[in-house]
Amino acid sequence: MDIMIFLIPAAVFMGAVGLAGFFWSLRAGQYEDLEGAKHRILIDDE
Amino acid sequence: MAFVEPIEVARPDPDAFVRRDATGNDVLELLVKGAKCAACIKKIESNLLAMSGVADARLNLSTARLSVAWKPGAVQPHAITDALQRLGYAATAFDPGDVKRQADDEGRKLLRYLAVAGFAAMNIMMFSVPIWSGQGEMGEGTRTLLHWVSALIAIPASLYAAQPFFQSAWRALRIRRANMDVPISLAVLLTISVSVAETIQQGEHAYFDGITMLLFFLLIGRYLDHRLREQARTAARDLLALQVVTASRVDKNGNVSAVLARDIEVGDRLQLSAGAGVPVDGVIVDGASEFDCSMLTGETLPQTVKPGDRIFAGAINLTQPVLMRATARTQDSTLAELSRLIEAGEQSRATFVRLADRAAALYVPVVHTLAALTFLGWLLGPMLLRLAGFDIADVGARIALMNAVAVLIITCPCALGLAVPAVQVVATGRLFKRGVLVKSGNALERLAQVDTVVLDKTGTLTLGRPRLVGGVDASALQSAATLARTSRHPLSRALAEAAGSGPVASGAIERPGEGIEAVVDGVACRLGRRAFAAPLETDAPDGEAELWYAHGDAAPVRFAFVDSLRADAAQTIQALGARGITVELISGDRPAAVAVAARAAGIGDWSGGAAPGDKVDRITALRAQGRYPLMVGDGLNDAAALACAHASASPGTALEASQSASDIVIQGAALMPLVEAIDVARAAKARARENLQFSALYNLIAAPLAAAGFLTPLIAALAMSGSSMVVTLNALRLQIEGRSWTS
Repeated sequence: MDIMIFLIPAAVFMGAVGLAGFFWSLRAGQYEDLEGAKHRILIDDE
Repeated sequence: MAFVEPIEVARPDPDAFVRRDATGNDVLELLVKGAKCAACIKKIESNLLAMSGVADARLNLSTARLSVAWKPGAVQPHAITDALQRLGYAATAFDPGDVKRQADDEGRKLLRYLAVAGFAAMNIMMFSVPIWSGQGEMGEGTRTLLHWVSALIAIPASLYAAQPFFQSAWRALRIRRANMDVPISLAVLLTISVSVAETIQQGEHAYFDGITMLLFFLLIGRYLDHRLREQARTAARDLLALQVVTASRVDKNGNVSAVLARDIEVGDRLQLSAGAGVPVDGVIVDGASEFDCSMLTGETLPQTVKPGDRIFAGAINLTQPVLMRATARTQDSTLAELSRLIEAGEQSRATFVRLADRAAALYVPVVHTLAALTFLGWLLGPMLLRLAGFDIADVGARIALMNAVAVLIITCPCALGLAVPAVQVVATGRLFKRGVLVKSGNALERLAQVDTVVLDKTGTLTLGRPRLVGGVDASALQSAATLARTSRHPLSRALAEAAGSGPVASGAIERPGEGIEAVVDGVACRLGRRAFAAPLETDAPDGEAELWYAHGDAAPVRFAFVDSLRADAAQTIQALGARGITVELISGDRPAAVAVAARAAGIGDWSGGAAPGDKVDRITALRAQGRYPLMVGDGLNDAAALACAHASASPGTALEASQSASDIVIQGAALMPLVEAIDVARAAKARARENLQFSALYNLIAAPLAAAGFLTPLIAALAMSGSSMVVTLNALRLQIEGRSWTS
């Protein structure tokens, strides 16, 4: 069961990365305009 | 409502809304109508960015708001609205204020709590599943290690994520009330403490998974609830932003500049063009004109004003430009007195107790007593049984406490906490799509109880716009219309509308309060009030609004007008009657005009000439009779009655004071959504009741199991998520049922 010493921190770390990513996206204003975001991907930037 | 259609009211001057941002750019916020796809975004943004000097243009499609920034002086605000107009989008400048920002902060905070609870729930579940599935095979050391890891995640995460519940529970306890958040908070704190104690003693059962999952579920409900209310609030604010009044201030040198109404000081001289709303109370300094005061009094016919006359905020200038002097600031204008009345009315409403809180008041003491009895029972039970001759050993305080906490966890109002909000979220969401903005779940519950509807006439039951009564001579109509087409007066406009398009009399002169005169083909013609156009005629008895037309020496012709009802008014009254709701009409307009409208709409019970105080008295009398009145109105004269009624509604064209005093705001020209609102409110109440009954049933089964010591963390997790799903699914039924009356 020694493997748990690596597995548990790895699992928690990955979860924390996901949480940090969510916080970042929240702060970056990515939830401000959910409607517009799906349309903007269709706009070509020359 | 006003005689003048919103589109014809002078649009607010965008100059007044320009703000300087932190980077030194000028910023203008606009509400853009009609943008809904990628092409719109691209067209608007690229066209604006192509204008020289524009630094940034960003359209938010969800809120239909466009923010444009430019270097000071580089662009005229008018050029931006004109450019949008050319692109085919109607844009109105508005003042975002600081309200929006605050509300957004709350939503973001809830999302953060939700994310933390979700992260904790998922990670802990990863450690709990091995414990559950390794039952009997997993060593005690490994299990305790997993418990410790869970504890390290659960303790900070749940203390952080449960903050909304702690705060709300604390607020309720401070005023000696118990709401649903009290048992939730207690369960969170007790579960965490007991689970930690259990972990320290290397015990078998820890509920870290259950408590984080519980918080995750509850926060989902909270967030959805918040988002819908936010949506309704934003939409209501947009409606108001569209009718924000700007004014043209004239300084000592005669220069005119655009200002926001709230920036007007006492003594400022303001230019009011035809079609402009009066921003603050004041006195006419120069010019004479006619004002539509229907918002203030309910009176449909315009009032004539001359220098020295007082005018009040909310009136609309109809015919000639005038100069006024402000005698009060916006916050001190007629509205101030009114907001005191509104406050007094809202206090009488504060006695209403929400369904969920009524359930909580019953539920909290029962559950807490049960938990206490469980603890005492396990602690003292064996001793009592020994006294009775049975051979039973003590189980100890630890087991007793574990079982008591198990009762608290299993009965923790996951389903109960979701039962009512889930229903209200679905109900308000459905009404929102139909153009009905519901301000709160509380409002929905009150709406469900309504048994009497009190309607205002002008602008509520009617469109607030006169229509020519038929049966007039066609040639006289065409001839009179040449004069009428030169005027903005509501009766002239109604006459011109009835006549269709045609020639316009040249050199027509409009005399405020009198009428229009012109020489057509060498014949002197007059159109206007009786004293002006036909002084020899006698007063007509029917009390209808009228215009007289004199063509040379020919006998004068009379045109009568009625205020046209909303298209579905009669249908709405009938639908309300079919639901067992009594309808009354009470208006500040002349009794004769009210009688006509009441007859046309099919309302038997009406009264006219009512002062704002009379409306309040009527509502108070109805409440004293034990009835639940719904007041529907739009004007300033309705605001106090709206605030003191059991529930209240106003059309989207209503003045700000009325909209803020109302529980629901109905957009569009139809009245029928009012009936749907009542239907949905009633259905929502039934669903909420079912959910509460289901929760009660669930607790009746689960609580005894927990008290008897049969509960394991696995069962707790299954029971909680299962019951939450049942109540959510039941709430979703509202989405589909009872749609037959439309389409």
